[in-house]
Amino acid sequence: MYDKKVRRRRAVLVSLVGLSLLLLTAYFGESAGGPLRAIQRGVLEVLAPLEDGASRALKPARDLFGWFGDTLHAKKERNALRKENAQLRMEAIGKQVEDRQIAELKSMVALDQKNGLAAYKAKAARVIARSPTVWYATINVDKGSNDGVHVNDPVVTGDGVVGKITSVTGDASLVTLVTDQSSGISAQVPNTGVSGIVEPAVGNPNDLLLDFVSRSSRIHAGQPVVTAGSRSGRLESLFPPDIPIGVVTKVDQQEVSLYQRVHIRPYADVRRFTFVQVLTRPKAPPSLVARNQSGPARAGKPSAQLP
Amino acid sequence: MNAVIVQYGVRLSLLALVTVLVQTAAVSQVSLLGVTADLLPLIVMSVGLLAGSIAGSVMGFATGLLVDLALLQTLGLSSLIYVGIGYGAGRLRELRDPAHALIPVAVGAAATAIYQVGLSVMLFLLGAKAPDGLSLLRQILLTVIVNVVLAIPIYAGVRRLLEPLLPYDPRRRRRRAYTTGGLSPISRG
Repeated sequence: MYDKKVRRRRAVLVSLVGLSLLLLTAYFGESAGGPLRAIQRGVLEVLAPLEDGASRALKPARDLFGWFGDTLHAKKERNALRKENAQLRMEAIGKQVEDRQIAELKSMVALDQKNGLAAYKAKAARVIARSPTVWYATINVDKGSNDGVHVNDPVVTGDGVVGKITSVTGDASLVTLVTDQSSGISAQVPNTGVSGIVEPAVGNPNDLLLDFVSRSSRIHAGQPVVTAGSRSGRLESLFPPDIPIGVVTKVDQQEVSLYQRVHIRPYADVRRFTFVQVLTRPKAPPSLVARNQSGPARAGKPSAQLP
Repeated sequence: MNAVIVQYGVRLSLLALVTVLVQTAAVSQVSLLGVTADLLPLIVMSVGLLAGSIAGSVMGFATGLLVDLALLQTLGLSSLIYVGIGYGAGRLRELRDPAHALIPVAVGAAATAIYQVGLSVMLFLLGAKAPDGLSLLRQILLTVIVNVVLAIPIYAGVRRLLEPLLPYDPRRRRRRAYTTGGLSPISRG
C-alpha cells in the first residue's frame, strides 16, 4: 500500500515536470505562428472578457489599496513637481518665441509630417491584466484587431511612450512595456544629436538605459530623451519621432567599454496607469505588414528589426 | 471516493482560474513598497500544505500553465517552478506534519523566494538580458515581505475552501487530542 502511494506520487511529479519541460522545449522550438502560440492567443481571446469584467469589478478595491500607496508618495512628488513646474515655466516662455519661428520655417519648406504623429490614430484602451513579475513587463488591453490594432503599434500614455503591441486577438492585445527584458527603442537626446537604444535595466522598473552612446558624447542629468523615429532605409523605427521617453538621471563612464551607460527615469510610471493609447496607422506600410506576420519575440529570440 | 476527487478537481480548478484573474486584473496593478504582491505561489503552497504533494504539484502545474497562457509568457516555465513549490509544500506536510500557526508564513516566504529566484535563473539561462543584480534582489526581497503579510489570510481562505474535503486537519486533530485527554500521554496511568 505504502509502495503504491510512493510510486503514484513520484509518477505524478515526474509526469508534470516532464510535461513542463516538453512545453518549454516545444515553445522555444516553434515559429511565431506555431500551434502553442495560437493556443495562447485563443486563451487570451477567451479570458479577455473575464479579465475585463474582473478588472472593472475589482477597481474599487484596487483604488483603495492604490490610495494608500499614492498618499505616501504624494508629498514627495508634489515638491518635485513644483520645482519642475517653475523650471518648465521659464523654458516655456523661451520656447514660445522659438515655436513662432519654427512654424514660419515649416510653412516655408513645407515640412512633410506624414511619418510623424499626424500619420497615426490614437485608440484609447483599458488595461485589463498585468504580469506580476519584473521579468515579464507586459499588460493586456481591451482593444484588438477589431479596433484596428496591429502588432508593433506604439503604445503611449499622456506622459510618454510605454511600449508596443506584440500580440493581437479580436478584442484584446498584449503590450510589451519598455521595461520588459525584450524591449528596445531607438532614441535621441534632443538638440545634442546623441542617439542610442533605450533598453530596460532588468529588475529595476524605474530605470532605463540609453545604450550605444559614444564616450565622447556629452550628456548630463536632467536632459530629456525622446524617440528617434528614424524613417530612412529598410529598417524604419516602429515609433514616431519625438515622443518623450524619460529624463537622464545619471551617466556611467565605463573604462572598459566603448560606450557610456546613460540611466533614464521613464516619464510614464509603467505600474500605475489604467488607460493607454494605441497609435494605430490607418494603413500599415508594407514593411510593417511583413513584420506583423513574423509575430513577437521573447526571451532568447531577439527580434530582427530596428526597435 | 470518486465524488470527493471530482469535487477536489472542481474546487481547485475554480481556485486556479479565480486566482489568475484576480492576480492579473487587480493585484498586479496595485503597487506596495514599489512591488506587487504575487498570490500564485501562496495559493500553490497553501494547497500543498493542506492537501499533500500530489494535489500541490497538480495545482502548481495548472496555475502555472494558466498564467503563462493568459499573459502569453514562455509556456511551461511557471508550471515547472510551481510544480516544485506545490510538491515541496506537500512533502513538508506529509513528512513533518506541521501544526504551528506560523508555518504558512515561513513556507509562503520560501515559496515566493523560490519562484522569483527560479524564474530569474531560468530566464537568464534561456537568453534574457542580464539583470541589474542589486535592484533585482531588492525587488525579490520586497515581494517576499509583501507576500509574508498576505500568507496567513490566503492560507486561511484556501483551508476554508478545501476543509470539507480534507481527510483531516493537523491543527484540529491535535487540539482535539489535547482537550479530550483520551490521547494525551499525560492522561495515561
